[in-house]
Amino acid sequence: MSNNKKAPSRRAFLSGSAAAITGTLASASTANEADPLITNVQDWASFTGDGVDETPYGLPIEFENDVIRRNVPWLTAGPISSINFTPIHALEGTITPQGCAFERHHSGAIELQKKDYRLMINGLVDNPLIFTYEDLERFPRQNHVYFCECAANTGMEWAGAQLNGAQFTHGMIHNMEYTGVPLRLLLNEAGLNKAQDLKDKWVYVEGADASSNGRSIPMEKALDDVLVAFKANGEALRKEHGYPVRLVVPGWEGNMWVKWIRRIEVSDTPVESREETSKYTDVLANGIARKWTWVMDAKSIITSPSPQKPVTHGNGPLVISGLAWSGHGKITRVDISKDGGITWETARLGNQSETKALTRFYLDTEWSGEEWLLQARAIDETGYIQPTKHQLREIRGENSVYHNNCIQTWNLKATGEVENVEVS
Amino acid sequence: IFADSKLGLGRTALPSEITAWDVDILPDGRGLPVGNGDAIVGEETFANKCASCHGDFAEGVGNWPALAGGFDTLADEDPVKTVGSYWPYLSTLWDYINRSMPFGGAQTLTSDEVYSIVAYILYSNDLIEDDFVLNEKNFQEFNMYNSNGFIIDDRKISEYPIWSKEPCMENCKKSTSITKRASIIDVTPEETSTEVE
Repeated sequence: MSNNKKAPSRRAFLSGSAAAITGTLASASTANEADPLITNVQDWASFTGDGVDETPYGLPIEFENDVIRRNVPWLTAGPISSINFTPIHALEGTITPQGCAFERHHSGAIELQKKDYRLMINGLVDNPLIFTYEDLERFPRQNHVYFCECAANTGMEWAGAQLNGAQFTHGMIHNMEYTGVPLRLLLNEAGLNKAQDLKDKWVYVEGADASSNGRSIPMEKALDDVLVAFKANGEALRKEHGYPVRLVVPGWEGNMWVKWIRRIEVSDTPVESREETSKYTDVLANGIARKWTWVMDAKSIITSPSPQKPVTHGNGPLVISGLAWSGHGKITRVDISKDGGITWETARLGNQSETKALTRFYLDTEWSGEEWLLQARAIDETGYIQPTKHQLREIRGENSVYHNNCIQTWNLKATGEVENVEVS
Repeated sequence: IFADSKLGLGRTALPSEITAWDVDILPDGRGLPVGNGDAIVGEETFANKCASCHGDFAEGVGNWPALAGGFDTLADEDPVKTVGSYWPYLSTLWDYINRSMPFGGAQTLTSDEVYSIVAYILYSNDLIEDDFVLNEKNFQEFNMYNSNGFIIDDRKISEYPIWSKEPCMENCKKSTSITKRASIIDVTPEETSTEVE
């Protein structure tokens, strides 16, 4: 049986595992007493387990109950227009399980059935159209893996080290394999001759929810790689991720990935909606704000060790694991520093980097209980190198809220505990 | 541009359907319905439908957004970004209120109510007199305080060239020390951990 208890992870760590750190050898050790888990016949080796009719649609085993979305109540006025965080500290590989992939709503996660779903294309088109959900499934479809990162990911860290965990500092992100229809096919169906020169044209997309989340997207991007997606990681979108249809805008800030998308308007001008004026604009130190900062620049984070994933196994072999991504294309390299950026070594990419998708990296190393200042630095195929927070602040100041892709520092202590810090 | 031929999917949208859903207002005022309102009328509507979250004077309650004030704070250590101090276009205010407010009861306001609430918010920011009647015609002439406060994303020029040089690998700085610690701020939620018994 299991039950959930509120307990600070740090305290659990100290009482539970600090003792294990001392005295571990670098090579395989010998046991003095036989392990009863081996020498005694265990229940699971004798009795039967669950039948195949037990779980028509399963959830993770109870022992993984800490791999869940978490939210930070003080960040927003309430939980409806708010954010939660993907448990990236506990995940591996690159695909985010949908059930714990972060949510960001502006008026809550709505319930919209396929039979009630309508998608309108109007504005500067030859023939304004209405599609049903069934219509969308009849268009040629594509499959692509892309990251969706909230523009505000790491935004709480602009002025200092604030939240203690990769989930909280970098967890406004998920990475899924989407199945959908290229937006250009839907626009083509409505016809763009009326729009004439497409270079200066825009599409305005909005959701079916009360917030609408309307955003303006330049036509060039709309005709490039934007998808109108109805499946993620093989199955229908989750309700909270836009069921039954969402926009996928590869490499661009998550706000533009309009969920429950109901309308696409071809326009001769951006709408300058609330979500691209009041929000998702980035104030610089002089008080002038950048607008239309669409692309998410190259970024990385060491997910383990991290504050929620302390080192509990003592000295010896240690796997440093992390994620890197870039809205400009593929990740070509990730460097890791253990001394706060004085020296760097190049990590191993755990998978072939796909464009505008999460990439896993590893450094297989040894730890002797010394204090480390761990950093990762991503490089993408354009040659862009992930900057430090100091470098970002020099250009932007501390109040741009969004687009914080700085190098993160974790302080691994002799105890194996890990803390979010800033370094000089 | 398109190699793809049409598939003949979907059906033509009816004018009434487009009217129902296409309600966005452009910065030049296109899309505004005929109507009007002033801050005197707007004050009562605002008190009934908006003030519980945004305050009697649009100053904001608790964590809910302030809609007024904060002028000339954008370069400060803690900028106060409101409709008055920050928003570049009046069209956005009309559009967003009409489409998405009140929070939890969106799309329940009449056009005249939206005009009057917009007028009240402008009045709360000392941008108009209380008897100024806002309508679809004079709307376009209104210049917001921070209308020149935005530049288009310039990272290609201001950042990418600087951060695209071959990175340092060794002896990159003389020393390093910890300057900030999250544990000192201590605002991370406690985790719900599982104990298996």
